[in-house]
Amino acid sequence: MAEVSLVGLSKKFDHTQALSDVSLTIPDGAFVVLLGPTGAGKTTTLRLIAGLEKPDTGDVLIDGESVLSDMPAQRDVAMVFQQYSLYPHLSVRENLAFPLRSPVLNVPEPEIAARVAAVAAVLQIAHKLDNKATQLSGGEMQRVSIGRALIRSPRIYLMDEPLSSLDAKLRADLRVELKRIHSEMGATFLYVTHDQIEAMTMATHVGVLDQGRLVQFGTPREIYEDPVSAYVATRLGQPRINLAPVDLFGHGPNGATQIGLRPEHIAIGSGKQATVRRVERLGDQTRLHLTCDGHDLITLTDVHTSLVGGETIAIHPENPLWFDASGNRIR
Amino acid sequence: MAEIIIKNLRKEFGAFTAVKESSFTIGDGEFFMLLGPSGCGKTTTLRMIAGLELPTSGEIWLDGEEVSQRPASARDIAFVFQMFALYPHMNVRKNISYPLVSQGMPKAQVQAKVAEVAKILGIESILDRPVGGLSGGDRQRVALGRAIVRNPKAFMMDEPLGALDAEFREHMAEELRALHDRMGATTVYVTHDQLEAMQMGDKIVVMNHGVVEQFGTPQQIYDHPATLFVADFIGSPSMNFMRFDGAINAGQRSVMLGGIEIATPEIQATVAPRPLVLGVRPEHIHLSDSGKYRGQIEAVEYLGTTQIITLAASHGRLKARVPSGQVARVGEVVGLDFTASTLAVFDDTTGRALRTAANAGVHHG
Repeated sequence: MAEVSLVGLSKKFDHTQALSDVSLTIPDGAFVVLLGPTGAGKTTTLRLIAGLEKPDTGDVLIDGESVLSDMPAQRDVAMVFQQYSLYPHLSVRENLAFPLRSPVLNVPEPEIAARVAAVAAVLQIAHKLDNKATQLSGGEMQRVSIGRALIRSPRIYLMDEPLSSLDAKLRADLRVELKRIHSEMGATFLYVTHDQIEAMTMATHVGVLDQGRLVQFGTPREIYEDPVSAYVATRLGQPRINLAPVDLFGHGPNGATQIGLRPEHIAIGSGKQATVRRVERLGDQTRLHLTCDGHDLITLTDVHTSLVGGETIAIHPENPLWFDASGNRIR
Repeated sequence: MAEIIIKNLRKEFGAFTAVKESSFTIGDGEFFMLLGPSGCGKTTTLRMIAGLELPTSGEIWLDGEEVSQRPASARDIAFVFQMFALYPHMNVRKNISYPLVSQGMPKAQVQAKVAEVAKILGIESILDRPVGGLSGGDRQRVALGRAIVRNPKAFMMDEPLGALDAEFREHMAEELRALHDRMGATTVYVTHDQLEAMQMGDKIVVMNHGVVEQFGTPQQIYDHPATLFVADFIGSPSMNFMRFDGAINAGQRSVMLGGIEIATPEIQATVAPRPLVLGVRPEHIHLSDSGKYRGQIEAVEYLGTTQIITLAASHGRLKARVPSGQVARVGEVVGLDFTASTLAVFDDTTGRALRTAANAGVHHG
């Protein structure tokens, strides 16, 4: 495993600036998640590291050495794509073993068998090992493609939304498994997703991308509790942070134009009147949709609250976040 | 708008039974969710209500009339599909007005109706744009507009948000629910996404293998699952299942797990010794020094307000949802407390919940 550094990476496709001056160090053994919506530059970053694209400017260093002149195969990285790519004529077992059968590696057969069995167990596909790849469901195919990366010990694993096509249960299982694999193997991961739960639960570090720029890099807790901007604040947290004009509850600090209220920043009991528009019961949490002075707010309340739509409650902010006109945090 | 009553509805495709004797009632103006994994029969049920499939047996009552053998065109129902099918060569206005024009409605009336629908959906500014260049959200709104404009008795929606990415999906879910609150139209909505069902639905039917497992409000189904399947399918992370062997005497208020007594709601059934399951939702497990039941922390997942703790215990792997301020270290052995009033006990063989003081009155399928 290895440390990977990106130094001032930029990449343009036709008229679209996909990546602008991104610098970032993925420490050896880290699980870095790049988070951002479609078009933020997540996949481009992975492809630049893998060698599938060349940067316009900037450098990619693996263990301190530039790999820009290396071919993808020479970089010794393993990539899992969003769309699975398997050999349809081979069985699951043969698909998994394929990367180890490379003549360069020369892995003895008993070791191949052991590693295939171990990876198949982790990904819950042991019972399908002798099926042809074409006889699998989409979710199973995706697990095999993740398995094909895990079976090797590359310098870094690059994963492009590998769980997005799986159903919710399997996604939750695989989140825990990937994290376990990460801590047991001490492997380095760069994982891109637009799913905030994946980012929060798996990452040692989260990088938030906005239109090709890296806007914040830190632990999930830092990103959630101490966001640098309103944009970053909206990336993590469910329900999403409420953004309202600064004077909704009186005055804010100098320069602030917006108040940011996560559910835990809204205290119920005293303060300003708010009307309950809707009580949304999600089982483990109950959300209150409120209207306060014409502004919609969403907060959490007691799961079995007796509140119903149409009632009025009093609320006040507690340690809210403040943002200026351009969305930057004011501390 | 209309009430829809489903009685003993059944559908066979050759030797395969897609839907087995389902019965439930969709109240007038309800946002009603048909929820289940792929292949559970939810889409077939929806298609039978809409008239796109005819049932093998059973009844469908729409607004007081039995319509099960009538074609779709005679049912006055609007269908919104997963893939929004718009006419690519027409602009937004023509797409929305098409159903009215083809009914022969006078032009002035069509104009007024389209304007009204465009206002409800907030798409007045794009009425004269071609549909080709529209964003996913606007295409979805136009597809909805085409359904709404006819004033049908009910809307059928088959995973209309299935193809959208997470963020946009959440946004459209809120928008659809708000639209429903304004219009109050009876809506039957198929999804495999339990969160979507909980978030949007007034009532949920949970289906599995062609069978209705449970029918109720989101909170009832979450708090008091009627079967192991429902308990596992609803909630994320799902309910913890602690398997043990035991006998129950009616009136009992606890169960013994590995020699440790765990308080439960009063159990109202008597069962001979057999495999049982204690069901505990993650948020009802608390880390506590005094807890006699012990578990070792395997993983901690930070979620902002809360964190999910995975524990190894003598009855399997458990997941607890606790406030993120609470200190939890991987490897540590901790005591666990369970919120007694929320626990469920299932018969592991039949998969059904035993009747307790807590779940009395829950609708089984």
